Amino acid sequence: MADTSAAAQPATDNPVEYIQHHLTNLCLGCDPDTHRASGLIDFSVFFLDTFLVSLVLAGVIMLVAWRVGRSLDPDNPTGLQNVLEILVEFVNGMVRDVFPKPNRLVGPLGLTIFLWVFLMNLMDLIPVDLIPWLLFEAGVPYFKVVPTTNLDATFGLSLSIFVLIIIHNVRERGAWGYVKTYLAHPFGIFAFPVNIVMTLIEEIAKPLSLGLRLFGNLFAGELLFILIALLPFWAQFIPGGAWAIFHVLVITLQAFIFMLLSIVYISLAYQDDH
Amino acid sequence: MNVTATLFGQMGTFLVLVLFVMKFLWKPVLNALEDRRTRIAEGLAAAERGHEEQARAEERAAEVLKDAREQASEILAQAQRRGAEIVEESKAAARGEGERLLVAARAEIDHESLQAREALRKEVGRIALAGAERLLRREVDAGQHAELLGQLAEEL
Repeated sequence: MADTSAAAQPATDNPVEYIQHHLTNLCLGCDPDTHRASGLIDFSVFFLDTFLVSLVLAGVIMLVAWRVGRSLDPDNPTGLQNVLEILVEFVNGMVRDVFPKPNRLVGPLGLTIFLWVFLMNLMDLIPVDLIPWLLFEAGVPYFKVVPTTNLDATFGLSLSIFVLIIIHNVRERGAWGYVKTYLAHPFGIFAFPVNIVMTLIEEIAKPLSLGLRLFGNLFAGELLFILIALLPFWAQFIPGGAWAIFHVLVITLQAFIFMLLSIVYISLAYQDDH
Repeated sequence: MNVTATLFGQMGTFLVLVLFVMKFLWKPVLNALEDRRTRIAEGLAAAERGHEEQARAEERAAEVLKDAREQASEILAQAQRRGAEIVEESKAAARGEGERLLVAARAEIDHESLQAREALRKEVGRIALAGAERLLRREVDAGQHAELLGQLAEEL
């Protein structure tokens, strides 16, 4: 990947390089030759593109939330207020169905997850070459636009959920009560060594599956867009259009699933059979 | 495909975003929805009250109308009765007046016939006197015989 002019060349000249270029982050602290982190987990590395795009999108949500929330018209809701009212009411209804007692945090948490993940996923529908090409012209060598095609973004969300699961469990059952769920579940207290392993796997699988599901779906979607971009230009429209239409469903569904599972996972803290 | 320090950036952004959405969007929108729900319920209750009031008012109006109708028919009956009375009264008055006129007329007639009779008597007396004068061919002292003639005239 030493040749940074790949984006400027016709894509079909060197497909492998083209794809790899698209899958390389704008990175602080990466290896200067490979432009990659040194291992699966490497905290000396910071992906600027993922962080900036998600930050901008968070800013968009904040701006809209602030503007709509400031000028709510109780009698004659219009435009965005309608949309957000429907979303708020929908999420609130879902939280109220699942939670046995009122919870201040989970409603706005779910709404935020849905909006943010949806917007981050939506970046996938911007033509794959557009932003990287513009930024390349401006002197930025690599730029991966869709934050949710990065494990950091998806695990950032799912680990936050994991922390909230633990907090809610400890608050609801007490620290000892929470530890007991590891000891006495699912086989009774006398099988505690097995129980610890099984419950640990069960608990860790929650954030892991949340993060990986979103990452996998979006990464695959992005990759397919890149592959479609490798076709000759006259053959791109039909598969590109079809995949984009299908992807609208995927990104919405993934945002919804992430929100739903987060709410459900946190609500499990309030169920007695554990 | 790595987990890097970006993770913490993402988690921080997420935390701030959730708190922001909670404060500036979630709570105001829920409040607005609750507010609207309350006001719709109030409006429906007010409409219900209005309906009841209208029904009551209609009832009252019907009652008033019935009363008025009864009063009107009563007044009408009274007026008719009074009218009949007045007719009767005026009939009686007319009858009385007629009788009075009749009596007066009769008295007048009596009076006039009396006068005529008197005049006639006088005339007859004068004629008789003239006749007697002519018969006797002499002057009768009118003064001497006036009493006699008066008696004669009264006998006629």
